[in-house]
Amino acid sequence: MTTQAPRFWRSIPQRYNLKGTHCTRCNEYFFPPRNLCPNCRRGAHLEEYTFKGTGTVVTYTTIYNATEFFERLTPYVLAIIQLDEGPRVTGQMVSSPEGVRIGMRVRPVFRILGKEGDRGIIYYGTKFAPQTEQE
Amino acid sequence: MVSGIVSYGVYIPRFRIRVNEIARVWGDGDDISEGLRVFEKSVPDLDEDAVTIAVEAARNALRRANVDPRRIGAIYAGSESHPYAVKPTGTIVGQAVCSSSSFTAADFEFACKAGTAAIQACLGLVGSGDIDLGLAIGADVSQGAPGDMLEYTAAAGGAAYLIGREDLAAEIESFYSFTTDTPDFWRREGMPYPEHGGRFTGEPAYFKHVSSAARGLMERMGTTPVDYDYAVFHQPNGKFPVRVAKMLGFSKLQIEPGLVVPMIGNTYSGSCLIGLAATLDIAKPGDRIFVTSFGSGAGSDAFSISVKERIEDIRCGAPSVRDYIGDAKYLDYAMYAKHKGKLRI
Repeated sequence: MTTQAPRFWRSIPQRYNLKGTHCTRCNEYFFPPRNLCPNCRRGAHLEEYTFKGTGTVVTYTTIYNATEFFERLTPYVLAIIQLDEGPRVTGQMVSSPEGVRIGMRVRPVFRILGKEGDRGIIYYGTKFAPQTEQE
Repeated sequence: MVSGIVSYGVYIPRFRIRVNEIARVWGDGDDISEGLRVFEKSVPDLDEDAVTIAVEAARNALRRANVDPRRIGAIYAGSESHPYAVKPTGTIVGQAVCSSSSFTAADFEFACKAGTAAIQACLGLVGSGDIDLGLAIGADVSQGAPGDMLEYTAAAGGAAYLIGREDLAAEIESFYSFTTDTPDFWRREGMPYPEHGGRFTGEPAYFKHVSSAARGLMERMGTTPVDYDYAVFHQPNGKFPVRVAKMLGFSKLQIEPGLVVPMIGNTYSGSCLIGLAATLDIAKPGDRIFVTSFGSGAGSDAFSISVKERIEDIRCGAPSVRDYIGDAKYLDYAMYAKHKGKLRI
């Protein structure tokens, strides 16, 4: 069995805690992290930044026919989410399709993203859930 | 040295199935719900397991008291449904809560009491001064074979406790354990569902161990049930904790705040610890709480806990047990079977 463990391992900080970067010179945030600011270039000052994970649904689609590793999850919602700091990320919504609408507020949750079958590693990471009024 | 609970957090999946819905499928009568005193149980989402539950509970514990995760020196995760047989749950929790890499970790298994065993291990390391904070977790997505009695109660949920010496929300005054070789419930390597001894899980297992640990601690401390405001006992169903409380001399009022099994089922390693969290959610400074877990195989850990002023400062920092219980979405048996992976394609 081939494993994607090294590839997954390298992205653990981003997947678990939405770690990206922030240019303190132009105040732009990057996710996934960039080691070069396209605005400031050589004058950039980049620092590691952990995104809050809260944001807004820009658009979404419902998956009914999924690839092998996701077929048990159907129907599920894949959304483009604008994080409060600015970047847009593609993520899975933890909600029925009826519970998702454009413009709704979301928060991060820790879930299984996928598995390498019954014998391989389990990929964990961030999905998004509708934010309740109290939050 | 005084040590105890710096913070706590829980997580209960939002999906539920009513016990009567399970009884409908297997042809059992509606009275099974009354007999067990369990009316519904929590069900994990398709992408939840003991690790995701442990992480959410641990994040709630850190958020509640605004604790710097880099202070954590040990993570012990108790469960009987660790998703990996080899690859510690604690490593994933540590990375997900942004602890430093300078911590020790191990996974615990002692049926339903692995979480309280994790608390004891943290108390040892904290008490000796070797670490600043320990993170003890009990989390499970427990298994019950289709049609087995366990299926009516086997639920999902977890709780995390930060154990330390400073800024205590509750002091752990003392603890006492009682352990014997009693094969009342087990799961062999590679088997998907546990087996159990039916009624043998009662008198020689649950009642003997819980009452022995509880009496042992009260004798050691010179206390009696009237010295405590609240009590929490492991909750495999709604009958056992009520009966053992009565045997020991605790009243229904003392156990009521922590008796969550009728609404969420038996969360195994999370059971007693979620009951304690529900009690801490309403306890006042100065209250004393008596807690006794039970793990099949078999053993019990009893704790005497004294609530401190700081509980008032941290209580609202994370969702309460009642918040999670109130956020419920109901499934029929078909969807429940899909959620639990009982359908083989």
